[in-house]
Amino acid sequence: MRRLFKLSLQKPELASALLLLLLVIVFQVRSDSVFLSANNIRGILGILPETALVALGVTLLMICGEFDLSVGSVFALMPMTMAVLVVGGWPFWIAVLAGLSLCALIGFLNGWITIRYDIPSFITTLGMLFMARSLTVVISGGFPPRIKPGEVPSWLFVGFVDEGGLVRASVLWFVGIAILISLLLSRTNFGNWVRATGGFPPAAAAMGISTGKVKIACFMICSVLAGFAGMIQSLRLNSFLPSIGEGMELQAVASAVIGGTSLSGGVGSILGGLIGATLIRVIDNGMVLSQIDANWFKFAIGALTIFAVVGNAWLRRRGRAMKVETDK
Amino acid sequence: MTTPIIETRNLHKWYSGVHALKGVSLKVEPGQALGLVGDNGAGKSTLINILSGLHQQDEGEILLEGQPVNIRNPKDSMRLGIETIYQYNSMVPLMTISRNVFIGREPLKWSIGGFGILDERKMREDSVKAIADVDLHLRSPDALVGELSGGQRQGVAIARAMHFKSKVMILDEPTNHLSVKETAKVIGFVQGLKAQGVTAIFISHNMHHVFACCDRIVAMALGQIVLDKPVSETSIEEVSEML
Repeated sequence: MRRLFKLSLQKPELASALLLLLLVIVFQVRSDSVFLSANNIRGILGILPETALVALGVTLLMICGEFDLSVGSVFALMPMTMAVLVVGGWPFWIAVLAGLSLCALIGFLNGWITIRYDIPSFITTLGMLFMARSLTVVISGGFPPRIKPGEVPSWLFVGFVDEGGLVRASVLWFVGIAILISLLLSRTNFGNWVRATGGFPPAAAAMGISTGKVKIACFMICSVLAGFAGMIQSLRLNSFLPSIGEGMELQAVASAVIGGTSLSGGVGSILGGLIGATLIRVIDNGMVLSQIDANWFKFAIGALTIFAVVGNAWLRRRGRAMKVETDK
Repeated sequence: MTTPIIETRNLHKWYSGVHALKGVSLKVEPGQALGLVGDNGAGKSTLINILSGLHQQDEGEILLEGQPVNIRNPKDSMRLGIETIYQYNSMVPLMTISRNVFIGREPLKWSIGGFGILDERKMREDSVKAIADVDLHLRSPDALVGELSGGQRQGVAIARAMHFKSKVMILDEPTNHLSVKETAKVIGFVQGLKAQGVTAIFISHNMHHVFACCDRIVAMALGQIVLDKPVSETSIEEVSEML
């Protein structure tokens, strides 16, 4: 029991992975084997990389002890910036670079303001949520820019890579980036600083880590990933709308939390965030296929989030109790 | 007389109008175990925070082995061989022992511009060795620091400081919140430092702890040094009266 407990404390994503597996089986049975059919998997794999990339950045930032509510707006701002520039005659790649740089700038501002004025990132990024959304509508001029199919190399991001048309390039981008961020967190000195900064800031600072800089870097990574994900979605739909990504910030936080990331920082894993994001997509899709009223979707996500946080808090409390035991 | 390993000359510090340090000059001989005592607000912590790089003095200078040094942040302090152990022991509870030992100073397999891949094997091996060197026996370097007792954590913190070849070890209230048995262990660690030629500055509220392991007592009150004597020439009563 004790060993099992310790394992779940060290690997908080374990429980959600088991739940995911269980749900896949349930939905597969309830939907008469439609759930794992090629057509349905294609649908899930189309949208999953987009939401999961956002969740990944938010998870990293939450492990570092901060929060970003502006990701949904950045998700819309980046592709809009890129599209407006492309329509304005800029080369595609320069426009992409400009869009991503804007995201990095937003991430930097989120972090810098939070650190410099010592305010909760919840508030900083709430402000940025409104500002970035507004900016998206302003630069679109009220009319979504039109880019003809084939005008930009969207196949590089959303084209199908296999014969059967199951896996899009976005899945590969996502897997690559997920592995990269995961290694960054677990195998590099930067990852060690992120965990220390989120886990116990005074200790990190006393050991000479510039906690402010580490946090700003995480804010920037988070924003850039959200913008990149928004670009993928816009290219997939081949339309650049100022309204995409609304509500995404909270789903991303839910993904991270469901995957075992602590709201107070220091605890969590990239894999957990990904499992959380997958769980949300699977529930969304599986409920429809199981002919449950789709309006229950948000209820399910909400309940799962609360359940996950309560579970985490319980683990934490047990963890503290365990410490007392070893004091003897 | 030998060159003091660490010397402060006329240190002053103001915190928004409060004169926290009023010209503190102190010489610490190499290998000495110095006990720094004083009431809350006496200036002990301010002095220590300046030496460990968390704050900077407004006036005065610091010399390390006779050379004037400029300590702007904790990294500078550690680079000069000053390691500080705080009462909250500057460890991250949810990280493993080996990760904690190397926070901010991780050995890397390769790196670009200061960022790189951790050499985890070296981290494990070195932390096991460092912990064994302070006579602390722990099962595994992969255990979480949160699982250790308070005394064990201070042991790991001291092992970390020893591993990085500190010349001066500052222990800021390391026995706070510890049980009697754990306190004895930490005092044992401090006594062990002398044998290894490490200078120690031990800060505590508790006179008994200081007298148990130090060979010189410095007492501070209201931002100034009010007493400075070898332990053999003073007593707990005399020191208490000065505070």
